[in-house]
Amino acid sequence: MSKTNFTRRGVLKTGALTAGGLAMPTILTAASHAGFTNAPSGGTVTLGFNVPQTGAYADEGADELRAYELAVEHLNGGGDGGMLSTFSSKAIDGTGILGKKVEYVTGDTQTNSDAARASARSMIEKDGAIMITGGSSSGVAIAVQGLCQDAGVIFMAGLTHSNDTTGKDKRANGFRHFFNTEMSGRALAPILEANYGSDRKAYHLTADYTWGWSQENSMKTYTEALGWETVNTVLTPVGAGDFSSYITPVAQSGADVLILNHYGGDMVNSLTQAVQFGLRDMQANGKDFTIVVPLFSRLMARGAGENIKGIFGSTNWHWSLQDDASKAFVKSFGTKYGFPPSQAAHTCYVQTLLYADAVTRAGSFNPCAVVEALEGFEFDGLGNGPTLYRAEDHQCFKDVLVVKGKDNPTSEFDLLEIVEITPRDTVTYPVDHPDFQGGSLGSCNAGA
Amino acid sequence: MLGLDKKDALLFLIVVAMVVLAPFILNPFPTDSSLAQFNAGYPDLMQRFLIFGIFAVGFNILFGLTGYLSFGHAAFLGVGSYAGVWMFKLLGMNVLLAIVSSVLMSAVFAVVIGYISLRRSGIYFSILTLAFAQMSYALAYSVLSGITNGETGLQLSHNDPRVLGASVNADGSLPVPNLFGLEMRATETLNIGPWAFDFNAGYYVCAVFMIAGFYLAIRIFRSPFGMMLRAVKSNQQRMHYTGLNTRPYTLAAFVISGMYAGLAGGLMVSMDPLAGAERMLWTRSGEVVLMTILGGAGTLIGPVLGAGFIKYFENIFSKINDNVLHGWFAFMPDGLENAVVWILHPFIGKGWHLTLGILFMLVVIFLPGGLVEGGQRIMGLFRRSPKDGAKQDTEASKHPAE
Amino acid sequence: METIIIQLLNGLDKGSAYALIALGLTLIFGTLGVVNFAHGALFMIGAFCAVTLNRILTLSHTVIDETQTDFLGNPLKVEVPYVNGIFGEEMGAFIIDWNVPLAIIFAIPIMVAIGVIIERGLIRHFYKRPHADQILVTFGLAIVLQEIIKAFYGANPIPTPAPDAFRGSFDFGVLLGFDPYTVIYPYWRLIYFIFSMIIIGAVFAFLQFTTFGMVVRAGMADRETVGLLGIDIDRRFTIMFGIAAAVAGLAGVMYAPINSPNYHMGMDFLVLSFVVVVVGGMGSLPGAVLAGFLLGILQSFASMSAVIETIPGINQVVIYLVAIIILLTRPRGLMGRKGVMED
Repeated sequence: MSKTNFTRRGVLKTGALTAGGLAMPTILTAASHAGFTNAPSGGTVTLGFNVPQTGAYADEGADELRAYELAVEHLNGGGDGGMLSTFSSKAIDGTGILGKKVEYVTGDTQTNSDAARASARSMIEKDGAIMITGGSSSGVAIAVQGLCQDAGVIFMAGLTHSNDTTGKDKRANGFRHFFNTEMSGRALAPILEANYGSDRKAYHLTADYTWGWSQENSMKTYTEALGWETVNTVLTPVGAGDFSSYITPVAQSGADVLILNHYGGDMVNSLTQAVQFGLRDMQANGKDFTIVVPLFSRLMARGAGENIKGIFGSTNWHWSLQDDASKAFVKSFGTKYGFPPSQAAHTCYVQTLLYADAVTRAGSFNPCAVVEALEGFEFDGLGNGPTLYRAEDHQCFKDVLVVKGKDNPTSEFDLLEIVEITPRDTVTYPVDHPDFQGGSLGSCNAGA
Repeated sequence: MLGLDKKDALLFLIVVAMVVLAPFILNPFPTDSSLAQFNAGYPDLMQRFLIFGIFAVGFNILFGLTGYLSFGHAAFLGVGSYAGVWMFKLLGMNVLLAIVSSVLMSAVFAVVIGYISLRRSGIYFSILTLAFAQMSYALAYSVLSGITNGETGLQLSHNDPRVLGASVNADGSLPVPNLFGLEMRATETLNIGPWAFDFNAGYYVCAVFMIAGFYLAIRIFRSPFGMMLRAVKSNQQRMHYTGLNTRPYTLAAFVISGMYAGLAGGLMVSMDPLAGAERMLWTRSGEVVLMTILGGAGTLIGPVLGAGFIKYFENIFSKINDNVLHGWFAFMPDGLENAVVWILHPFIGKGWHLTLGILFMLVVIFLPGGLVEGGQRIMGLFRRSPKDGAKQDTEASKHPAE
Repeated sequence: METIIIQLLNGLDKGSAYALIALGLTLIFGTLGVVNFAHGALFMIGAFCAVTLNRILTLSHTVIDETQTDFLGNPLKVEVPYVNGIFGEEMGAFIIDWNVPLAIIFAIPIMVAIGVIIERGLIRHFYKRPHADQILVTFGLAIVLQEIIKAFYGANPIPTPAPDAFRGSFDFGVLLGFDPYTVIYPYWRLIYFIFSMIIIGAVFAFLQFTTFGMVVRAGMADRETVGLLGIDIDRRFTIMFGIAAAVAGLAGVMYAPINSPNYHMGMDFLVLSFVVVVVGGMGSLPGAVLAGFLLGILQSFASMSAVIETIPGINQVVIYLVAIIILLTRPRGLMGRKGVMED
């Protein structure tokens, strides 16, 4: 080792000297002088799609990525244009964004705040992404939203259902199209009353983390408003796998409704096991025992198989909607990939279009101009009826779907049927709702 | 030089040079070339190389010297991160405050966990550390959300009671971690022809700590204390028979390596002020074990190489998608292009775990000494006379742990 | 009282899964002296044997049904499984319904083969290497195995229901004189418990009462001497690895209806089963089984809402807490031998 080392060091030294010499005549330039981070130069603009590609939500991430690719294709004038033709704003015309061709980079969030922020930072710092979007959990959405605020780029949230994203952790540069637990509670309560009456005793099993608590709180508030009694609320560890020790006490508790505030794999397992333990065959207080799953996802519902039949839940969007916009989206997605899109795919596609539209209307990629264009934006024709991006908290207000597990599915995609399209007015909550307090948007950040 | 013998001084200088010049070394490809995909010289990743390098160097002081395999070192990384963010929230945005509190806090945890866990050895020790780390993770994720903000992770907010400094800047933005006014995210870009090199303030702060940490590690490795630790590794029983109590030495090594992990955690939140509970998960602890062994446990430079290798994979490989592949192989006829992309597809992008797993297995099977051994073997190939080779061998046996 | 009984049942059930995996781990450790981090992956592959058999049984040809339409408005393509064509509709449906029990037969040869391949191809070369290397190479193997499964089956859980005949649950309460629906337990979980007792019993009987088992036990105690006696211990150890893989695989097959299989279920179980093995004492088969049931039952009791309310979060940490206490009071776990894995 000793002999070669000397020369190696020499090489390094020479390298350093050469580099220093080269540096002399050139000018040190700051990141950009355009007034905001990653101002696009040349004929292209880069968007960053940050989705879970590994880990438990990888399938949802894959569906989100498909939707993004479709959106980029449509923005650049390819394909059949999808929802471009039904969107109420006609600013985007299939020539990219502001005449610049849309390119994209992808990253893996691993459903882990650290990894998500690392991949978002690399897209911003290395690839020059001007907007970051995606994600399939609230923890990641909030973490990446904070990062984008600091870096001075726009964040268009993907699937995130926790109140905090547009509540206590809201940020001026972040926008959410997806609905939240408060809206789920408001939408579900009337349907539960209509089907199960107002004299029920509910037992909550709740995933022990922020989203779970938020969901439990909303469900408790709105079911208690109906006159339901909350018998007990029990926290379960995330990823518990076996929920038997939490489910068995339900039968003896005197409750006649089980509310599962679980998502993803936890939902699949707890629901499957609740059915195995015979809860749905049971009678309690002279009524049929029932189960409610406040947040449904079709991709996850597949994992629960037969067990979801007849169970009520809420969802942001479903491919069986019959409005023109949804039909156009399902058609172009289905033709390209051979199966219908999930709600995660829908929200991601819509967010990309909304961003492109806002930039076009603002006439600039400057994040502050985009924020201004999106705030208070009223639109239609993207699958959820008339929608408002509320200026005060950057949350979309639109119809929410109440769905039920279908009794006779015709295919592996046809698992949920729409019971009710809860109108926007019902799910709209005031800006000063106590569950959304404790944070502020701050001001938009355009970065360097 | 600096109290190091010639060989160590050389190694130290190489590390210093590599760290200082990393912005050049890691960006070898012009920004608009198709190989720019493989450039790693952007601030976030460069910072991560150093932070995880520090983490692994510290882990190696425990594992490489004493042979005690801790499966819970991520807990100290997490504790350090939380302590750092709390410092930003309560006291001020100077990174030195955060780093000092991170190191002290993880030292406290390391003393407690180490004192209990070191009562056992071998796999029983590993399981004890694993149990402590998993408990910390589970509690941080749920019950202790008041302190840790649970799944979301602890981050700065608009109403932090910051004693030294404002809660919110005048323009409504959150203050940024800084070193006496120098913002950690400040980056200067140097353009030379088609190349672009980023010089980031945070990176060079990490660099200072990395160099200091590496120097300290060399001194520990060569000190009588380091010899004592190696003696523990080779035969603890014999040490006991000579009437020596090894526990204070192993505990000291445990605490030192815990403090390195805390330092890494403090630097992490200084670069990006967020601390998440996943940082404590056992797979994170497993990651630092992988880094150390991949690079070469017990060697000085190995852990740094291992950390760089894994982080490079995680950040660069995971971003190669089918589109990029199609771009590379566009020169081929369509059928062949699709076939090549189809074959490579499972290994890139979301398949990076698979590639990493396979590579990792190959290294463990064929290079038990990690990348360092690989390097030595390659050097060996170029060695001319067998006399030199023999000399190398005797040298290696003189320093079995290097 | 009802609560106690039912949590005991839950604990036995959880415990039997832990015990089966820990038993396999201990078999491999005791015979080969190898710490197998890929054991969780073997459990996961077992569960996916059930999924694979289901996929094979439901291999279908498409029939176009003009009367119905799919989501794009085209005529619906209905998938008709080939087994329906071979055995007739009723028999075909019955076979698909009994997929999981059939998967046991399907899984045994596959798991043994996988086990033998892993031992011959990989583990064999690691006998003389340090334990740390063994942990690492098997950990790498576990990552590779689970990523391969993910590439084929995706990341979402896949429903694998038990046969219709075992659906529903058994009312213990009535048997014991309580009110109906106070102590109910799903049939499949009872079967799982009985099944694991049979497997555990079979493994012990095999080691205790056969010549093969005797040689293996001798080899576990002193490998060198057995080798000197001219017995080909290596070949027997290969077979033992195959058996251990099969035990993990069967535990996985039978677990599929309880927990819809997903690619990371192995890693989820791995850490816990390692804690179980260590608490039981490295290398002790009865220790592994005992610790498995003990920790399963403790975890169930800690999950009761009265307990959680008294000590928040106890349900998440109880296993680790107990492991720490046991390891500090009994240095080698419950039934460990001196000097094993202490260096």
